[in-house]
Amino acid sequence: MADVTMERPVIQTADGVPLKTKLRVTTRNNRLKAFGLVIPLLAFVLIAFIFPIGSMLLRSVDNSLLPSLLPRTAAALQEWDGQGIPDEATFAIFAEEMVAARKARTIGRVATRVNFERSGMRSTFTKSARRLAKVEAGPWKEALIKIDKKWGEQGTWTTLKVLSEPLTLTHYLAALDLKYDDDLSIVSEAEDRQIYVPLFLRTLWVSLGITVLCLLLGYPIAFLMATLPVRISNLLMILVLLPFWTSLLVRTTSWIVMLQTEGVLNDIMVALGLISDESRVQMIYNMTGTVVAMTHILLPFMVLPLYSVMKTISPSYVRAARSLGATPATAFFRVYFPNTIPGIGAGSLLVFILSIGYYITPALVGGRTGQLISNLIAFHMQKSLNWGLAGALGALLLGGVLALYILYNRIVGVDNMKLG
Amino acid sequence: MANSIEAYVSFREVQKSYDGETLVVKNLNLDIEKGEFITMLGPSGSGKTTCLMMLAGFEPATHGEIYLDGNPINNVPPHKRDIGMVFQNYALFPHMTVAENLAFPLQVRKAPKEETTQRVNRALDMVQLGGFGGRRPGQLSGGQQQRVAVARALVFDPKLVLMDEPLGALDKNLREQMQYEIKHIHENLEVTVVYVTHDQSEALTMSNRIAVFDDGVIQQLAAPDVLYEKPDNAFVASFIGENNRLFGQVRGVNGSGCTVELEGGGEVQALAVNIDGQGTETTLSLRPERVVINPTNGSVPNVFDARVEELIYLGDHVRTRVNLCGHDDFIVKVPNAAGHAHLKPGEQVKVGWMAEDCRALDASVRT
Repeated sequence: MADVTMERPVIQTADGVPLKTKLRVTTRNNRLKAFGLVIPLLAFVLIAFIFPIGSMLLRSVDNSLLPSLLPRTAAALQEWDGQGIPDEATFAIFAEEMVAARKARTIGRVATRVNFERSGMRSTFTKSARRLAKVEAGPWKEALIKIDKKWGEQGTWTTLKVLSEPLTLTHYLAALDLKYDDDLSIVSEAEDRQIYVPLFLRTLWVSLGITVLCLLLGYPIAFLMATLPVRISNLLMILVLLPFWTSLLVRTTSWIVMLQTEGVLNDIMVALGLISDESRVQMIYNMTGTVVAMTHILLPFMVLPLYSVMKTISPSYVRAARSLGATPATAFFRVYFPNTIPGIGAGSLLVFILSIGYYITPALVGGRTGQLISNLIAFHMQKSLNWGLAGALGALLLGGVLALYILYNRIVGVDNMKLG
Repeated sequence: MANSIEAYVSFREVQKSYDGETLVVKNLNLDIEKGEFITMLGPSGSGKTTCLMMLAGFEPATHGEIYLDGNPINNVPPHKRDIGMVFQNYALFPHMTVAENLAFPLQVRKAPKEETTQRVNRALDMVQLGGFGGRRPGQLSGGQQQRVAVARALVFDPKLVLMDEPLGALDKNLREQMQYEIKHIHENLEVTVVYVTHDQSEALTMSNRIAVFDDGVIQQLAAPDVLYEKPDNAFVASFIGENNRLFGQVRGVNGSGCTVELEGGGEVQALAVNIDGQGTETTLSLRPERVVINPTNGSVPNVFDARVEELIYLGDHVRTRVNLCGHDDFIVKVPNAAGHAHLKPGEQVKVGWMAEDCRALDASVRT
């Protein structure tokens, strides 16, 4: 007894540390075990998710190509004030490094990079490098301008100056249809050359439209699944999940079969005399095809959260509302519907975020007008190999989704969201 | 028939089937007076909740007619019946505050704003939840939620209030307290209440009359004391309160009494209540508190030898299990009164009872 009374004040000393230390020691083993269990997943997420995203973000601002391949030119251009054209000394360094780069066979990469920013520069670079090799002595300024008069334009050199910085915003500017003009101030692209902002907006609207369509189509089926007897609702559940068991490509291509001009739907409409054989409706390889196929594919992501929320709503709520004097419509809108909002929020957010980055379906059935921003990202990844721009577009998409998520959290509250 | 409806609520030949093969409610006839507190009591699956749902309008009657205040209501949708209902799990709307829950029935009736506020506050005061209007149902305890549910069912002055096992989710003490509260509200407001429960003590405490349901049929409809003291049949006798059952054959009937020969031997003088005459099987029902230990000679007509098997001390009485005529589950409640017999297990005693306390009922299914 005496020991216990002596020890208690020791455990609860004024600074409180000994008690906490003791607690830490006793719980440390459990925490280590728990951590050990999640290590594989943590490593996987790190390698397959965090690292690629980080690398993409880095690539979107990375500009080290010119400084590493033409280091002295880059250094000289960083000193240059950007007015007129650089002095003879800079031209001399540039000419020397061009010749060296041609020998090292790296001039092509520099030309490609510059060409992204200023089209037509690839041929200027390769031609100039080839001819410079034959020029034996300066003045280099005159020699270069003689080879191609673009070397006498301020814009050429300001572009090179921008590319000499180790980090750059050019990819982000391009992704927002902006650019540096010859005086290094930021201006928007010509109206007819704006691609990305309209595409971002189109992606946003299409995603919103698909979300609304999924909600309108999914709400009744989720309601039926939650209220019908188990035997029937299980059947419905299987039908809802069936698309998940079918390959995405099969589903998308079956829509091609359905919707193409010589397809099932058009044939039926012609057979019923609704349309004439000559005026078959174009329903695929355009925005209609993209919206229809994506709505179909994303519908389960709306139905399942809705169903899981509706399942928890006791039927006695609606009964109570009815017995208290509410018509069926009032009971639905004032009692049932408000209780399904967590499911609507979760389903909508899920469908919206999935559709905003959807790639395969628009690529297969979108044709020219049904393309979304992700298709352009893929284009820059695979075809034009402008990874910096692809990275910037991806980062903007990521930022947009995060912003929407924060907005959603402000309005609805993430705690109100129920995914299952 | 329809023109002679005098009762406030009336079930006339109501039948209900869910699958078209079995009847859940078989030919129900029940009249409920205005201001009455009537309880439908029965085991689960006896059809009592189905009756309530038909009255509320959530289940259609397969056959027959239900009248409310003289009017047939079979084709009246639930929201036009003007019936308040308290549900098993309260069914308070979780996304509304307590005050909004109470205002809901008034709002859908388009009551003026000031009147709504007034009546909501009055209803909250009635259930002693004056300051709780701004809370959500989830922030209240079970008993408080229960009170809100009762207040919500009453706030719009319904013609009738239905309660579907409303106290089932509460613990014992709270349940008893709520029983008294609901009883007092009923007495103060003079509202007609139809209450469904499977808990007999709840039914006995609160009701004016109790309808005992079994197998889709009302077995007996009577006031609590009648139901307990004068059960009509073996089911009611065993369902309400504790009950000793003895099985035997009727040997002779004389007026209101009869003589029954027990299966284990011995003859009992009993009250003929529900027997088909001489030679038929019967179940004798005898309340444990009506059995006397070691009766004085000649005071009771039925005296038997018994052996004490088990004693359970329960404070106000000692529950004594004795072996009598081969039945070893014969219970005697010995009151813990001054000078009561102190028994020991294994002791041989005499037990006896009056003929009128021993009711000869129908031959029940033995369980």
